[in-house]
Amino acid sequence: MAMTIHVDIVSAENQIFSGLAQAVFASAVMGEVGIYPRHTPMLTRLKPGEVRVLKENGEEEQYYVSGGMLEVQPHVITVLADTALRAADVDEAAALQAKADAEKAIKDGSAKRDFAEAQKELAEAMAQLRAIERLRSSSKGR
Amino acid sequence: MASGKEIRTQIGSIKNTQKITSAMEMVAASKMRKAQDRMAATRPYADKIYNVIQHLAFAHPEYKHPYLQDREETKRVGYIIVSSDRGLCGGLNNNLFKTVLKDIKAKSDAGLEVDVCAIGQKASTFLKRLPVNLVSQKVQLGDAPQVHDLIGTVKVMLDAYNEGQIDSLYFVYNEFVNTMTQENKIVRLLPAKPEKPSEELSHHWDYIYEPDAKDVLDDLLVRYIESLVYQGVVENIACEQASRMIAMKNASDNAGDLIDDLQLVYNKARQAAITQEISEIVAGAAAV
Repeated sequence: MAMTIHVDIVSAENQIFSGLAQAVFASAVMGEVGIYPRHTPMLTRLKPGEVRVLKENGEEEQYYVSGGMLEVQPHVITVLADTALRAADVDEAAALQAKADAEKAIKDGSAKRDFAEAQKELAEAMAQLRAIERLRSSSKGR
Repeated sequence: MASGKEIRTQIGSIKNTQKITSAMEMVAASKMRKAQDRMAATRPYADKIYNVIQHLAFAHPEYKHPYLQDREETKRVGYIIVSSDRGLCGGLNNNLFKTVLKDIKAKSDAGLEVDVCAIGQKASTFLKRLPVNLVSQKVQLGDAPQVHDLIGTVKVMLDAYNEGQIDSLYFVYNEFVNTMTQENKIVRLLPAKPEKPSEELSHHWDYIYEPDAKDVLDDLLVRYIESLVYQGVVENIACEQASRMIAMKNASDNAGDLIDDLQLVYNKARQAAITQEISEIVAGAAAV
């Protein structure tokens, strides 16, 4: 019986694979890696590419990841897969967009108020809600 | 007293409103279940990445990442605040804003400047009128947001932290406890403080890093923060739907009560009219 190690492949939006495996192959940034049980602890970035899992029963499963991280611990191998292609310039563009959105929102907004005013407005809104609640409970009591 | 026709119209319009609110209640209920599923689906990633971070914090001695270290003094703080895009969800957003307002006010009274980042239309509308800096925002995320929808907004705050513009970063969202209860949460994202790991990891060891420690850690911690924010956003959506469901249920019930009351008034008015007619006829007959 071959030695096995627990493997988890997860992406931010769901769990992709979890179970025992004889080995895991992935394309790391510095080249293809094959991880077998008793590998030394390692942390590496993955390139977009496939991750292959050699399962306990000798079957092989393939997953495509668009990048991510691979962690090797004595008792577990974790693949944190990205769901989208990450590139510095794409991220940068998204950040700029978020900033621009905020600036636009401020521009077409109404005048600023101070904390006390905001607190008052919130209190009013809450009071309205509470009034409705009370109305409800008093009508129930009838 | 209002005439019979007027009351009938009023009852009709309330019935229409009731139809709308009860439809919204059912929609919210089904959306809530889907949001809860998504919430469960994001958990494995968050758990795994948290484990890795926890391992890391105690693994290696030579490179300390700025995200894991406390700054000596704090001059400016950042907030990421999550709200719903749409209203009609009871006091959910207002409650959250109240909590965060208190927190921000305390910070600004202590002489700290505050940068905020809004996720969701309601937060944006609320924050842009406060005396704070709204530095980035993301609105109209929809019911099923993806991680890459949030990358930009989070990156703005992370960059600000990297450049020393803010010295700590807080994340504000609603935690989904159950359908009836949502809890306002303010958690500190940066600097991150993982808890002590279990015994087996406390001896001296380190990873092999490829390509090198700094690169890998940068990537990993950014993903960690993103996953926390993403999870918060997904959780907030579940809260929004739960809260809307309750609010709409209350509205439908209230409409039912109103209809009952009006029906009573209507019946009385009708009876009064009949009585009056009879007495007029009787009086008329007596006169003849």
